[in-house]
Amino acid sequence: MEGTTPATARIRDGVPLLEMRGITKRFAGVVADDGVDFDVRAGEIHTLFGENGAGKSTLMRVLYGFHHPDAGEIRLQGSPVSIASPADAIRHGIGMIHQHFMLVNTLSVADNVALGLRSSRGPLTDPGRVSERIRQLSETYHLQVDPQALIWQLSVGERQRVEIVKALYRNATLLILDEPTAVLTPQEVDDLFAVLRRMAEDGKGLVFISHKVREVLGLSDRITVLRAGHKVGTLPAASATRDQLVQMMVGHALPARDLAAETGATEGAPDRTPSDRAPSDRATAIESGPGVTVGAGTPVTPIPATPAAGAGTGAAAAAGAPRLVVRDLTVRGDRGADAVRGLSLEVRGGEIVGIAGVSGNGQRELAEAIAGLRRPSSGSIVLEGTELAGGSPARGRAVGLGYVPEERMRDGVVPDFSVAENLLLVDSHEPAFSRLGFLRSGEIRRHCEELVRTFDIRTPTLEAPARTLSGGNIQKLIMARELSREPRVLLVAQPTRGIDVAAAQYIHDRLREQRGRGIGVLIISEDLDEVMALADRILVMYEGAIIGEAAPRASTRASIGLMMAGVRPEAPADAGPRATA
Amino acid sequence: MIAIERTLDTPRWQRVALPFASLLLAAIISGLVLVLSGHNPITTYEQIYTASFTSAGALTSTFVYATPLLFTGLAAAIAFRMRIWNIGGEGQLYMGAIGASGIGLLLGSWPTPLLIPAMMAGGIVAGALWALVPGLLRAYLQTNEILVSLMLNYVAGLVMYFLIYDSKSYWRDLTSPTALVFPTGKTLSAAATWPGLTIGSFTLPLGFVAGVVLAVLLLALVRSTRFGFEMRVMGDSTSAATYAGMRTRRIILAVMAVSGALAGLAGASQIGDFGHVLDPRGLEQAQYGYTGIVVAALAMYNPLAVVVVAILIGALTNAGFALQGPGFPPGLVGTMEGIILFSVLGGEILGRYRIRIGSQLRPQRAEAEADAAR
Repeated sequence: MEGTTPATARIRDGVPLLEMRGITKRFAGVVADDGVDFDVRAGEIHTLFGENGAGKSTLMRVLYGFHHPDAGEIRLQGSPVSIASPADAIRHGIGMIHQHFMLVNTLSVADNVALGLRSSRGPLTDPGRVSERIRQLSETYHLQVDPQALIWQLSVGERQRVEIVKALYRNATLLILDEPTAVLTPQEVDDLFAVLRRMAEDGKGLVFISHKVREVLGLSDRITVLRAGHKVGTLPAASATRDQLVQMMVGHALPARDLAAETGATEGAPDRTPSDRAPSDRATAIESGPGVTVGAGTPVTPIPATPAAGAGTGAAAAAGAPRLVVRDLTVRGDRGADAVRGLSLEVRGGEIVGIAGVSGNGQRELAEAIAGLRRPSSGSIVLEGTELAGGSPARGRAVGLGYVPEERMRDGVVPDFSVAENLLLVDSHEPAFSRLGFLRSGEIRRHCEELVRTFDIRTPTLEAPARTLSGGNIQKLIMARELSREPRVLLVAQPTRGIDVAAAQYIHDRLREQRGRGIGVLIISEDLDEVMALADRILVMYEGAIIGEAAPRASTRASIGLMMAGVRPEAPADAGPRATA
Repeated sequence: MIAIERTLDTPRWQRVALPFASLLLAAIISGLVLVLSGHNPITTYEQIYTASFTSAGALTSTFVYATPLLFTGLAAAIAFRMRIWNIGGEGQLYMGAIGASGIGLLLGSWPTPLLIPAMMAGGIVAGALWALVPGLLRAYLQTNEILVSLMLNYVAGLVMYFLIYDSKSYWRDLTSPTALVFPTGKTLSAAATWPGLTIGSFTLPLGFVAGVVLAVLLLALVRSTRFGFEMRVMGDSTSAATYAGMRTRRIILAVMAVSGALAGLAGASQIGDFGHVLDPRGLEQAQYGYTGIVVAALAMYNPLAVVVVAILIGALTNAGFALQGPGFPPGLVGTMEGIILFSVLGGEILGRYRIRIGSQLRPQRAEAEADAAR
């Protein structure tokens, strides 16, 4: 591989670098991509834009040889190819920068780049030559990568550049970047974009996957929008507008609004929100002034000035006293950067608050911080007077926090344990189930039998290992366990992800029932439909904070989508200090 | 197409049959080794059996080896079951021996019924404290307990040598004529000798009886106590234990302490049941701490199975000493032990997989296999 002529030289004029025609990919009956066409020309940055699960990543994984398409054709520089593995893809000059870097932390940059490649010196390595070539590439594209540096010494942005060098070293002419900005600081994003533009100028084709509308418009040459596995359309970035893109992404007409809003630094919008107008008036509610204003029936408010203001717009009938109050919470993510940034929210008794947002915007860290699994760096989490921030999971449980975790097979159950043991998991210290350190097997059995019955957990016996149950039944098991403790606040992360429709419906019913019983329910979900179906108030999370709040009416879907893509409902909201102080 | 795939569930018959099949395989492979080294395998196996169980005094000396292995085997089993890799049984045994002999010397005038529990307590406390060093480091600083506990074995060995050879410590005999020629430890008083259970010519050491009782208690601890439940949760899934609000550090410390206490009891039993003197070289050569890991592995970390395996390995060790001589190098017994370990552990791992030939036939094949199993 090393030393061959860069494939860029072979590009034929007029023929796109990549053509994907009618790509269809199904997973166990679910269609991830349905007849998607996509092409990339040499020297352009072509963005794939869409919600989670729209089929962006699957399409690119097909291209990179991770998945076999069920139908469709891939052509590279005009000739059809079959890509059976990532190794094939690399041979064809395709490089992919994954969200999670594939680097060996203890090795140097040069070692990582050479890893898996044939050395020019047969069985011996040739570090000098590898380093030299890395230096050249680094200079050409202003990557600033030191071949001798060890990976663990590098920042996230630097590591990403090492991944880019890896792809370039393998003579990639087509580079796929899967949400590359998700892990970067704003400064690093700017640097990355400069590198990407330089690569495009050099004749390479780039596929940029993102859901941040501002970045997409700023960087791309063309944008293809996918929704639910279908291609909605491809448009040149120069003529595309933010609202057009979001509308294509969510598939609903946007409420009439001022398109120039993003640039405007103006007064607050909420007082101008005509929230009581009938939906049919929407089309007439066009505002010409600056500032985000929202059509009828779409009470998109900025971050609530006071909790009461937030609750007032929601559909919650009679929400009770605040049960869970989160203030200015900052939580560090696994990569060292702050994943939750000064977030505040409130959950009252008898309401369901839903947190919507594209995954990776700090939802997981927020849930873990509330549950006591992750220590916040600042801020407070108060459950009916008890401070939970910095405490243990046990403290939260003791004061009435129920938690259904996102990773149910990892955190929620012990897969090899029986159904009964899993139902007991968090309660083994309860006097009802243990006396003088010994477990009361009779009591436990009765308790578990009752839970299995009332929560309709489909299991052959109480002794069956949890891993033999379906995803839906495991989720019911966890729900049964958490609800049997009669929590004051219930936190549910991804309530029905990967669960069959019937079980999902059952879980939704149970969550509504909890609201009816006066429990404060906080759900965090990537599935906007789910949040809209369940929640009384919807908070949209973007880059670690609540970007805005909305009521769950169908017509707000587009507004929520806009916020999910990073467009703030009101300009001053991100600059000024939080009004809750 | 031939593929090796993991089976989801091992049928019950297979779990019972597997160890026996593995032992049979070990006997066959050992037989080949014996043939190659010029021995008749059948007569050798006969000799091993006689030397372990039936000849005069054979059973008694089998239990001399089985007793410490029972304790160190339980020590390793309880920790490994929870995926805490305490490799420090050897050093914890040394410390237990130091503690128990110190108590035995200090309180030598006490009546036996009081002195025995005191010595046991000495062994338990010393072993547990020694094990808590890697335990604390693991719980609070996430150090690797394998390395720390292993290195502490050498430290404990040096402490033992220091007490007898390099200092005028309380443990060292500074008065008797032999001790002036070569350093030895003080011999404990007769009151500190643990009485065995004598049946005819066979003597069952008190330590072994205590070990069996502990094995039963450990089984109950794991199966039917809250602590055992939390321990098992942690062993299977640390993240689930954390999620459930269990105090994971405390569990790690408790398990390390229990494991160290058991290994310490092995040391106490070495003093009370057998040696009656702190003998650094004897303890070090025996390597009961390390062999205990083998015992635990063969027993699949099941406390009751540890009892059986300890007797078997004790018998094999005993037979090794009886057989070894000009025609039978001691290494051969070690080789046979190794082959047994290899077969049993290999069988356990391979038992989780099956070989599949042809991909389309799979459902029918699975059914046919199920039928064959019945």
